[in-house]
Amino acid sequence: MKKRSTSLNEHWYSPAVEAVQSYIPGNSVYKTMRAKAARTGTLFILPFIIGFLVFMAKPMVESFIMAFNKVELIAGQGYEQTPVGLDNFNTALRVDAEYNKFLVEEIGQMVINTIATLVISFVVAVILNQEFKGRTLCRAIFFLPVILSSGVLPGIEHQNEFYDMMAGTAEALEGSGVDLSAVLQDLLQVSGVGSKVFDVVFQMIDSIYDIVMASGIQIIVFLSGLQSISPSMYEAAEVEGCSGWESFWKITFPMVSSLLLVNTIYTIIDFFMKNDNKVMERINEVMYKDFNFGVSSAMSWIYFGVALAFIGISAFIISRAVKSYE
Amino acid sequence: MSKSKTVFIGENRSFWERNRRSEGYLLKRKTKQIIISIARALLMFGLCFMIIQPMLIRFSTGFMEEKDLYDSTIVLVPRHLTLDNYRIVADLTGLPKSMLNTLWVSLLVSVLQIISCTLVAYGFARYEFPLKKFWFACVVMLIVVPPQTIQTALYMNFVNFDIFGIFKALTHKTVNLRTSIVPYALMSLTCMGLKNGLYIYMLRQYFKGVPTSLEEAAYIDGCGTMHTFTKIMLPDAMPTIASCFLFSFVWQWTDIFYARNFLTFLDPNKVYADQLSSIVSRMSRYFAKDVGQAVVVPVGRQQQLISIGVLICCIPLIILYCFTQKTFVQSLAMSGSKE
Repeated sequence: MKKRSTSLNEHWYSPAVEAVQSYIPGNSVYKTMRAKAARTGTLFILPFIIGFLVFMAKPMVESFIMAFNKVELIAGQGYEQTPVGLDNFNTALRVDAEYNKFLVEEIGQMVINTIATLVISFVVAVILNQEFKGRTLCRAIFFLPVILSSGVLPGIEHQNEFYDMMAGTAEALEGSGVDLSAVLQDLLQVSGVGSKVFDVVFQMIDSIYDIVMASGIQIIVFLSGLQSISPSMYEAAEVEGCSGWESFWKITFPMVSSLLLVNTIYTIIDFFMKNDNKVMERINEVMYKDFNFGVSSAMSWIYFGVALAFIGISAFIISRAVKSYE
Repeated sequence: MSKSKTVFIGENRSFWERNRRSEGYLLKRKTKQIIISIARALLMFGLCFMIIQPMLIRFSTGFMEEKDLYDSTIVLVPRHLTLDNYRIVADLTGLPKSMLNTLWVSLLVSVLQIISCTLVAYGFARYEFPLKKFWFACVVMLIVVPPQTIQTALYMNFVNFDIFGIFKALTHKTVNLRTSIVPYALMSLTCMGLKNGLYIYMLRQYFKGVPTSLEEAAYIDGCGTMHTFTKIMLPDAMPTIASCFLFSFVWQWTDIFYARNFLTFLDPNKVYADQLSSIVSRMSRYFAKDVGQAVVVPVGRQQQLISIGVLICCIPLIILYCFTQKTFVQSLAMSGSKE
């Protein structure tokens, strides 16, 4: 925009005109280098433009319309829509017994999981960035979840009643079925320390397996950020008498905090799109079992709206927090 | 690294002598280091074990006979070895047909996706064109919008496929594309497959990091746009492209969302992931056929068979990962750092 302000005949619409002109032969703009580059660039991203319009924008608009309509399938003819206003949203939120409950549950779980994932992946990345024996092996294992927790696999893993059962038997045999986290929980609750906070912490500890399994990519991203910090910074800090703890908070953390946003967004999206998500299951059920396309669209739009809101909020908070370091 | 080259004064003295001279600092430091490394080793071992352990359990229970499952004295090592379970799971999931389906679908789809994503990413990284910001916002949106949101409409679109009413005008009928690989291939070719926004983003990050002087030199020497791209940019970008390809392949392998929506034409030998996801419902029917009457499959048995199914699904991927681990990690690390 700023570059163009030097050109003559400046109107508010002239960039637009120029943009159009660069695609249409037979004018002065068409032959310039910039117009040529614009055409080549557009050609390169043409697949994306077509795909986005046909397979993303169009279905999105359609599903948005569906959310406000009653959709009825007609064999061989497609479907018929009758506008019902906000009825579908009403059904999703008020009438449907499960959707509401699942949504709230998932959101709570998501907040906890996101925070835990960020903390764990950051700690692991810091450790994996240090020099120690077997580091390569450790790295290889920590990235394994990228494979092992994709697609169907986590959903199926979740039904691990069998292993719970086995664990239960083992405990019964030993006679001292001590669940360490439960005992600790009891102790802390008796001692009267803010039990709500501890509930959250224990929930995190209990679901640590899921959290580690979901943090493969985040570890890689943090690790890459850590590796891009030049070692001379640490050297300078050490010469100046900075302790390891201080240099962690004054160098490592601020340098990596820009990646915090990327990771947060990735984690939230990843969590929302998981297959073992109860909300997703409910939406699929409404769609494929009840063939209630209108309600299922409304449900997924509510869900998407919530996801977007959370991404927005966290982006806002983090970008504020990160800026204060700079 | 640099420390090993440094020559310490009094290096040949004993540890305690040096400790005395530094007024106890050396001992303190040494202790701290040892404590930290022990804590680190414990933490790493614990977390690594936690990741691997389910795989080990699956592996060992896979060889157990059914009665071993309920014997609480048997924890990891099976008493009655059997390969029967693998045979049953293979029957249940339609092996080897379903695996072959998965293989060719994943290969085809990920190749298509990576080709188009590379082109698009290069366009975004190197060229200025009208509405560039808008289109890039669309890429971000592609990452953010869960495909489930548009699932319904997409489904309808492909059942009654039509390009601006052309088919309808010609034959008075829309085309049901759900009976072939075409819809998904089309989507892959236009960057709308699984997590394609992410690949575009990663590749764009990579291309942006390459200095433009290389291409400028090529242009001055009279190299065309396409030629410059294929001969100069692509060879260097191969590691990043390879890692995107691997991600795409692996995620496609385990995906059920797109498989359920677009690959139903492979019925009854669907892709493996889809078979696996519905394995429980087929189990009772399978066992009923053997016995000749309705059977309730116990939970333990169910889980055992599921875990074998998961194992079979993972093994090819883990083998692939062992060989390509470097590629997997390296280039993603590169793209992340240039934020």
